Amino acid sequence: MRLELEGITKRFGSLVANDGVDLTVEPGEIHCLLGENGAGKSTLMNVLFGMLRADSGDIKVDGKVVDFADPGDAIAQGIGMVHQHFMLVPVFSVAENVVLGFEPTKAFGFLDRQAARADIRRLSSEFGLEVDPDAIVEELPVGLQQRVEILKALLRDVSLLILDEPTAVLTPQEIEGLFTIMRSLAASGRSILFITHKLKEVLAVADQITVMRQGRVVGTTTPAESDEEALATMMVGRNVDLVVHKTPAKPGAGVLELEGLTLADERGLTTVDHVDLTVRAGEVVALAGVQGNGQNELAEALLGLRTIRAGAIRLGGHDITGDTPRQALRAGIAYIPEDRQLEGLVLSLSIADNLVLDMHNIEPYARHGARNLTVVRESGETKLHEFDIRATSVEVPVGTLSGGNQQKVVVARELSRPVKLLVAAQPTRGLDVGSIEYVHRRIVEERDRGVAVLLVSSELDEILALADQVAVMFRGRIVGVVPPSVGREQIGLMMAGADRSGGGGQEPAAATGTESR
Amino acid sequence: MTATPAEVPAGAEPAAKQPSGPAPRWSSALHRMTEANVAITTLLAVVVGLVFGAILIIVTSSNTLHAWGNIGSNPGHAFGASLTTVGHAYGDLFTGSIFSPSSLRHAISTGHGWTTLFTPISETLVSATPLMLAGMGVALGFSTGVFNIGGQGQLIAGALAATYVGFGVHLPLPLHVPLVILAGAAGGAVAGFIPGFLKARTGAHEVIVTIMLNYIFLDLLNYLLTTKPLQQPGQSNSISQTIPSSATLPHLFGSGLRVNAGLIVALVVAAGASWFMRRSTLGFTFRVIGSNPTAGRTAGMDAKRATILVLTISGALVGLAGMSTLAGTDFFLSSGYGGGTGFNAITVALLGRNKPIGVVLGSLLFASLVTGGRYMQAATGIPIDLTTVIQAVIVFCVATPALIREIFRLREAGTGKILLFTKGWAG
Repeated sequence: MRLELEGITKRFGSLVANDGVDLTVEPGEIHCLLGENGAGKSTLMNVLFGMLRADSGDIKVDGKVVDFADPGDAIAQGIGMVHQHFMLVPVFSVAENVVLGFEPTKAFGFLDRQAARADIRRLSSEFGLEVDPDAIVEELPVGLQQRVEILKALLRDVSLLILDEPTAVLTPQEIEGLFTIMRSLAASGRSILFITHKLKEVLAVADQITVMRQGRVVGTTTPAESDEEALATMMVGRNVDLVVHKTPAKPGAGVLELEGLTLADERGLTTVDHVDLTVRAGEVVALAGVQGNGQNELAEALLGLRTIRAGAIRLGGHDITGDTPRQALRAGIAYIPEDRQLEGLVLSLSIADNLVLDMHNIEPYARHGARNLTVVRESGETKLHEFDIRATSVEVPVGTLSGGNQQKVVVARELSRPVKLLVAAQPTRGLDVGSIEYVHRRIVEERDRGVAVLLVSSELDEILALADQVAVMFRGRIVGVVPPSVGREQIGLMMAGADRSGGGGQEPAAATGTESR
Repeated sequence: MTATPAEVPAGAEPAAKQPSGPAPRWSSALHRMTEANVAITTLLAVVVGLVFGAILIIVTSSNTLHAWGNIGSNPGHAFGASLTTVGHAYGDLFTGSIFSPSSLRHAISTGHGWTTLFTPISETLVSATPLMLAGMGVALGFSTGVFNIGGQGQLIAGALAATYVGFGVHLPLPLHVPLVILAGAAGGAVAGFIPGFLKARTGAHEVIVTIMLNYIFLDLLNYLLTTKPLQQPGQSNSISQTIPSSATLPHLFGSGLRVNAGLIVALVVAAGASWFMRRSTLGFTFRVIGSNPTAGRTAGMDAKRATILVLTISGALVGLAGMSTLAGTDFFLSSGYGGGTGFNAITVALLGRNKPIGVVLGSLLFASLVTGGRYMQAATGIPIDLTTVIQAVIVFCVATPALIREIFRLREAGTGKILLFTKGWAG
């Protein structure tokens, strides 16, 4: 399909989310749409997929102007979309999920499972999308669930497939597998619109690259004509420094020591399983792993937010197992939570109030149960400058700030206490490149000051840039602790469950495809 | 789409200067405008309520209906009659709740009849007092994300405790009255502590528990009223002993006007609540837990403790409401004590947007509709239920600000989103 978007403009109140966007996708092309969060990529895709209506502009399919009132119209024109969050029925089999919506039937309306299986096998072998049609979806790894989503689209005869941030949940090997599939789809004449903010992936897979910033297309290029620096500059609008500058770590004594730490969730399922781990002063230990392998639970447990089933947590030699969050904070843990809007901030309260959320009741911010609002405001103003938070005043609600500035408020608050251990869970998720730079620099500064840093991240680039040691988690266990110099290939294999020797362990699911667990 | 237009990608220069000068003032002006917007929406809700009431008066009065029947022959009369009828009714509402111009003329010309002049406003203040106290208690819970529907039970608990201390203890007035006040607060606090404790410990939803406790306290009162020592000796009716005059809240302006020290208690509580929510560390904790309990926990706050405390304090304030009617105007308990005050407190809290000053104004409005409505019913025969309808329409409009904005084509203020009152029901 040849898709043309011409002058698409979409406004939300006074905000122009898309401002005269032009975009052309040729048949058989892998077209990357690159941009930071908030650049307008999702709005554009929602317009294209019929979920939003453009205020002005045309969508043309093979030269003809089309009008999409809802996703059904888009699907009828051969446009398919794989969303960031999958739309699958977890308890159904792969075949059932794929045919859901237009099930092949036999006489009297009985499901023709045989036909469904056959369709899947045919498409699977054609595009290298191996997946067992009878596997139950919830038992499949995320990478395979994504294949099911792609199969769903293929069965509906897509000629243009939109992939919205498809790599966020995948291991490096699964990402490679996805790229192979994308290439074979393109070779069959189908067009692919690949939405991402990851520069490496764009350069690896794209035929054509369109970069968006603040609702506008700022340029188009190809991997051959571009490199990471150039793309980042286009995306951000100024020169950016992609390399985290840091000297080799000079680790001191162990600050955080975990001994056989075991956690269970509300249903009693083990989420963290006998973890032993030491983080020393002046080093960054990264917990790597595909999302949902226990990293975030472990981080929360350090702060006393999770019930500990067994094992011990020691901070600077003191046992803090079972401490309340307040005790853990006062003991010297700084905590940058995974979801700043849910766990880190009270969006309706002012910046100044959010900056003292943890210390609102102690001197000098309060005395005898009465808050000293003057001190709160003045200290807020100091931190506004110190941490470069861009806001008109400390009195504005923190919810009015951009994501990067919200994160700076969290960082400012957490680093304002005496810190022995910094726990940073996905500290740059959803941030713009400038803010990512800032947060990374702050983390390295804390490390150099002698703080022990535990970084939880699902971005391998971030881990490789910051970590002095990488502890890889898989299904609640630490499969190994390696220096980042072993490379993304090796760490990727460990993220899929292979033990540290690499070859001998469980094979990663993405490589074999049909393996169900 | 979150990048604000003023947002510049963070530079490597940490010393980047803040916009200084007019910017902070500009933002606080915006904040005030937002606040003003909330006040205007509430005011317009009152206007809608009154207009709706006017329409009801017109379509239910035989006088105006007759005039409208003859609209073909005399259209002017239809409008004139409608205006006159509505004008009389709303004039009576004013006369009955604030003051009557004729009494004012009489008092000025003769120098007597001041008591008559001030009786309507005194009655309004008397009915407003328990609404203020109970409304403040409910509002405190709302702004902490806790739904205290147990006003009725807590009010009875407060009144019961005040009654026992009233007739059971013998002290001079300066000691007895404070003790009665404290007893009222303590009784309500106990009734509020129960759902708080159950919610924190077992996760029991406070809406269910407080509603059920209403029945328990209602029937506990009925039982106690038929047994010693509460029941009035020599009575077969379900009424309690009368508290001695040493335990009653003193009148503020002489014995002719019923307005009493309960109003002072209510205003002090309102001022205290305002300070508490804005300036105290505990109030700050309540606000944080109310808007985002997860962030509160991550910052080391104890959400369970806050839940217990807020329901206890909320109950104490509602208990004071029960005390204020007992020791201020009634002096004894009877079956079904408190009437609908516990529930009206919820509407007053909604109307006042959980702000102490809003609750005070909301109580005054509701109380004047009640006292004015009584007068209107007596004077014009329009049933007092009309004022209940007006109240309901006002609260309806306040609870659906989008509707008011639609009716009056108001623009939505950026950050002035009205707090969603349904928040927390899932918890």
